[in-house]
Amino acid sequence: MANSYQLKRVDFIFRNENDWEKVLSTTIKKKPQELINELISSELKGRGGAGFPTGLKWKLTSEAKAEKKYVICNADEGEPGTFKDREILSKVPYKVLTAMAVCGYVTGAKEGFIYLRGEYKFLEEELNKEIAEFEYYCKEINLDFKIKVFMGSGAYICGEETALMESLEGKRGEPRNKPPFPTQAGFKGSPTVINNVETLVHTFTIFKYGAKKFYDLGVQYSRGTKLFSVSGDTPKPGIYELELGMSLQDFVYEFGDGDTKAVQVGGASGFLVPRKKFKDAAIGFKGKLTGISLPTGGSMMLFNSSRSMFNVLDNYLEFFREECCGQCTPCRVGCQQLLLGIKAVKRGDKPASYLDKLLRLTETMQLTAKCGLGQSVANSFSSIVENFREEMIY
Amino acid sequence: MANKLNISINGFPVEIAKGKTILEAADEQGIKIPTLCYHKDLCVAGNCRVCVVEVVGQNRLSAACATPVEEGMEILTNSLKVRNSRKHIIELLLAEHNADCTKCYRNGNCELQELASEYKIMTQDFLELVPLKNYTIDMFSPSIIKDDSKCIRCQRCVRTCAELQGVNALTVAHKGDKMKITTFFEKAMRDVVCTNCGQCVNHCPTGALVEKNYIEEVWEAIANPNKHVVVQTAPAVRVGLGEELGLEPGSRVTGQMVAALKRLGFDSVLDTDFTADLTIMEEGTELLTRLKKALVDKDESVSLPMATSCSPGWIKYIEHMYPEHLEHLSTCKSPQQMFGALVKTYYAKARNLEPENIISVSIMPCTAKKFEAYRPEMHDSGYRDVDYVLTTRELAILIKQAGLDFNKLKPVKYDRLMGESTGAAVIFGATGGVMEAALRTAYEIVTGREVPFKNLDITPVRGMEGVREASVKIENPLKEWAFLDGIELKCAIAHGLVNAKTVMDSVKSGKADYHFIEFMACPGGCLGGGGQPIPTNPEIRRKRAEAIYTEDSELALRKSHENPEVQKLYRDFLKEPLGEVSHHLLHTKYTKRERY
Amino acid sequence: MDPIKSLIQNLADQYGRQRENLLPIMQGVIERENFLSEYSMVEIAREMDIPASEVYGTATFYSFLETKPTGKYTIRVCKTITCAMKGKGQVLFAIQDMLKIKLGETTPDNRFTLLETNCLGWCHKAPAMMINNEVYTDLTPEKVREILSDYMKQNGSI
Repeated sequence: MANSYQLKRVDFIFRNENDWEKVLSTTIKKKPQELINELISSELKGRGGAGFPTGLKWKLTSEAKAEKKYVICNADEGEPGTFKDREILSKVPYKVLTAMAVCGYVTGAKEGFIYLRGEYKFLEEELNKEIAEFEYYCKEINLDFKIKVFMGSGAYICGEETALMESLEGKRGEPRNKPPFPTQAGFKGSPTVINNVETLVHTFTIFKYGAKKFYDLGVQYSRGTKLFSVSGDTPKPGIYELELGMSLQDFVYEFGDGDTKAVQVGGASGFLVPRKKFKDAAIGFKGKLTGISLPTGGSMMLFNSSRSMFNVLDNYLEFFREECCGQCTPCRVGCQQLLLGIKAVKRGDKPASYLDKLLRLTETMQLTAKCGLGQSVANSFSSIVENFREEMIY
Repeated sequence: MANKLNISINGFPVEIAKGKTILEAADEQGIKIPTLCYHKDLCVAGNCRVCVVEVVGQNRLSAACATPVEEGMEILTNSLKVRNSRKHIIELLLAEHNADCTKCYRNGNCELQELASEYKIMTQDFLELVPLKNYTIDMFSPSIIKDDSKCIRCQRCVRTCAELQGVNALTVAHKGDKMKITTFFEKAMRDVVCTNCGQCVNHCPTGALVEKNYIEEVWEAIANPNKHVVVQTAPAVRVGLGEELGLEPGSRVTGQMVAALKRLGFDSVLDTDFTADLTIMEEGTELLTRLKKALVDKDESVSLPMATSCSPGWIKYIEHMYPEHLEHLSTCKSPQQMFGALVKTYYAKARNLEPENIISVSIMPCTAKKFEAYRPEMHDSGYRDVDYVLTTRELAILIKQAGLDFNKLKPVKYDRLMGESTGAAVIFGATGGVMEAALRTAYEIVTGREVPFKNLDITPVRGMEGVREASVKIENPLKEWAFLDGIELKCAIAHGLVNAKTVMDSVKSGKADYHFIEFMACPGGCLGGGGQPIPTNPEIRRKRAEAIYTEDSELALRKSHENPEVQKLYRDFLKEPLGEVSHHLLHTKYTKRERY
Repeated sequence: MDPIKSLIQNLADQYGRQRENLLPIMQGVIERENFLSEYSMVEIAREMDIPASEVYGTATFYSFLETKPTGKYTIRVCKTITCAMKGKGQVLFAIQDMLKIKLGETTPDNRFTLLETNCLGWCHKAPAMMINNEVYTDLTPEKVREILSDYMKQNGSI
C-alpha cells in the first residue's frame, strides 16, 4: 500500500568509490548474454521518464545485425524541474562512461556519444578530460570504445530519442516516425542504444553490486532507486536519491513547506497532483500500486497555496508552444490552441465549457501526436484543469 | 506464406504483401484513408496526422502512411476514435490556415478544402491563429506566389524541392509555433537559388504555393481590337489539359484545345511543336558541327557532351550549380522563345502585321517558362519575344470562364504558318523525347537512312528511369560525314533535377563520355511539368507519356526535318541552320549565377 | 583571406565536412562571432557542400544558434515556472533598467543582448540566468546588478 511506505533515502548514484576501472575490467570478462540477463532480472527501467526496460533495449540492439552500432547517452536534460543529470555528470562522470563502454561491449558498438544540452556547456571541458583518461584505460584493457561529447544548442525536443539522433546527424531535431525504433535503426540508420544519464549509472550499480541488490529496492514494477530533482516551494530544494514506490504524501511530508497545494510530478510533461490526492499517489511505473502511479524523470515541483495554477499551466503551455518541433499538426497547432484557449476562458472571451473542448483536444493530441512531447501535453493540462477548474475560470 | 501477412481492416480479414504500409494496404482494399502530407512522389513524412487509424490493442492511433503492416494487425480506419481525432486535426489545420476559400486561387482544387468538406467542418470552434501572425505573401517571382498564411506545413514542397529537384530552395525553419516553410534567410524566392520549376506548386495541397497567373492580362489583350494575339501551345499541354476539364489522365485533346483557343478569341492559334521541330534542325546541326570540330578539326575548345537547352528550369539550375559548365549547353533557345522571336519577325512580316501590335501568348506545362520569357535577353525580335506565359492550369481557367463545354468542341487544326508539326515535336513533352527527335533527324542527315528502330520508335531512350543511357552506332555515313563512320553516338537522358545533378557531376569529373545529353527539369519531362494539372504523380505521368507516344505514332510526319513549314521557313527566311538569322533570333547566351 | 571564411575552414578541418558536423561548426562560429550572419551561413554551406537553406533551417531550430546580430554577451534569463515563481520578473526588471534595453534587444554598443530562455536546469537555485556559457543562480535584483557591473567594468562603462 502506497502510504505504508516511508521515504527511503539511498546513496548509490553519487557514492564515490573510484573503482570504475575494476568494475569495467571485471564486467567485460562476463559474457554479453550474462550481462543482459543481469539487467533484465534487475527490472531496471529507463530513468528519462518513458520507463522502457533497459535490459530489453540492450538485448534488442545486441541482436540487431549491423556493421556499425552506437551507444548514446542522453544528457539533453531539458524537462522543466530536472537537474539530476547535470549533477551526475559533474560528480560521477566515470560511472556514465563505464556504463557506456559496457553497453558497447554488450551490443557490439564501438562508438558512443554523450549528447549534452547546450545549457550545460560548462561541463564539456571537464567531461572531455574524463573521457581522455577513460579511453586511455580502455586501450590498456584492449577495449575498443570511443566516446565523444556532442553539444546541443538549445532545443528541449532533442531529449526525445529520435529527435536527438536527428540533431546528432546535424539536422533539425525533429522526431522520426516509429517504427523503426533506434534499436533497429537509430543514429545514421544503425542499431543504437540510447539511455538516459541516470539509467546508465544504475547499470553501473547493477554490474557492480549485482541485480539483486537493485531489485530489492523499490516496489514491484518499480525497482531500484531514482534521483529526484526537488524544486519550487520547498525548504530544501536539491537532488535526492530515493527508493521508488513512495507515496506522494510521504514525499510532501519530507519536502513540503507545510502549505503544499499541489505537486507537479515529472515536469511540464508530467502530472499535477492536488493535495487531496497525495495519499493515493505513488511514484513509480505502472503496476499494482494502489491509486495513481506516476512515472517520472524525477522532476518534483512543489507549489504552495500562494501559487496560481492558472499561471503554472500558462507557463507550461508557453513552454510547449515554443519547444515543440512544429512538424506535426496536433502538437504544433494544439499547443497554441491550448495556451490561447485558457487565456480566452480566463479573460471571459470563451465560456467555461470551452475548457471541455480543450480537454478533448488534449485527448486527440495524446492519441495522434507524432512523439512523446505532443502526447504528454495532455498530462499536465488535464490534471491541472480537472483539479483546479475554478482557478482557470475566475 | 512468408511474404503475405494476415490482417483485418475494419473487421474484414485480408491478406497483404509484407512491407506495405497501412495506407497502401487499405488502398488495395478500396478503402481511402485521407492524407495531406503524403504524396506518391515523396518520402513519407508522417507529420499532418490526418491519416491516423486505430490498431486494435494499441492505445495511440497510428499514422497509416508511416506504419508498416504487421501480422495479425486489426486495423480500424473509421472507428469513432479515429473519426473524432481526424476531425480535430482538420479543425486545427483550419484554425491555422487562412481559410478564405472563395478568394483563393486553389478554390475547388484544394486538398484541405476537400477534407473539410468531407468531414463537414461547419463551425470554427478553435481560435483563429492567422490574424495573430505576421504572414507574408511573396509575389516577387515572375513564376510563383508563396502565401504563408495558407501553408499547412505538410512540407511536401520542401521534400519536392530536395528529393525530386535537389535544389533546396525551400526549407523548414524555426520550431514550435514559429515553424514555417521558407527560403534561405527568408528571402524572396526570386532572390534565392530557385529554378522556378514549379514542382512545389504542383505538389502543394493548398493555395500556399501557386503560379503567378496572367489570366487577366491575356483577357485584356484578347479584348483589345488593336492587338493581334497569337497563342502557341507546348507539346505536353495537349496530354494534360483534359484532366483539368474532367477527363481521365492520358486523354489527348489537341484538336479540342485548338478549337477552344479559337473560341477564346485568339487571332491565331499556333503550335510550339513547330519550333520544337525547328529546335531539332538547329540543335541537331549544332551537335554535328561540334562533333566535326572535335573529331576532325581537333578543336579542343569545343565542349562535349552537348546538353539540351529546352527546359528553362534546367537552364537556371545549371546557371546556379555548374556555372563553369555553361559551354556544354546548346546555344539554341527553347522552342517557346524561338517561337516568340519568330512571331514578331517572320510571322509579322508574312502576315503583314506591325510587331508592336502583336501580343504573343504561350501555353506551357511549366512555370519556369514565365521566368524565361522575362529574361532580359529574350528581346531579339526587338520586342519582348513572348508577352505572357500561361500554364496548362491557367488555360483551363480561361476555358471555364468562357463557358465552353470542352467535350462538345469539335477538334480543329492549328492555323498555318507556324502551326505544322511532326511526331518528333510532340514527343518533346516526354523525357527522352528531344533525344529521340534529334536522333531521328541527325541519323538521317548523316547516313541518308532512317534510324534503325522499328517504326522510328527509339525505345531505349524512353521510360521513366531517372537517368538513362543509350547509344547509336553510325555506319556507312554519307560522304561529308565520313568522319563519323563507326562512331558510337553516346547519349544520356536525365529528368528531375536531382538526376540532372548525377549526370552533371559525372560530366564535371570528366567521367562522362557522352556526346549528347537531354536534361529536363521536371520528373517525366514537360508532361510532369510544374504547370501541369494537380495532382501529378507517377501513375498520371505514365498515362500522359503513353498519350504522347500515341499522338506521335498516329502522325503522318514524324521527323522534324520533314516539317514542310520548317522547310519553308529556311527557304524564305532563315536560309540555313545556324545561319546568320538563326544566330540572331534562335540562339542565346547564358548567365553565370551564384550557387548560394 | 577574410576572417570568417578562414574560421569556418578551420572549423571544418577540425570537425570534418560531413553533415553531422554542422552543429559543432555553427557553434564554433557563434563562439567567435556571437551570431550566424547570412554570410557565415553561406560560407558554411559552401565549405560543407550543403544547401544554404538547410544551414538556415537547421540553425533556426536551435535557440542558441542566433541568426540575428547579438551583442558580445547574451544574457538568457530562465523563464520556466520555478524561476518565474522565485522572482525572475524582478530580476528581469533590474537588468532592463540597468542596460536600458527591453527583452530581445541589444545595447547600442553591441555588448549585451537580453533574452529569455526555457529551463536552464537550476530550478533548485532559482532564479537563474546564463551570460554566454556562464551560469548565475539564486539571483536577486541586487545580485544581478553586481554581476552586470562586473561585466561592464571588464569592458569599460556603457
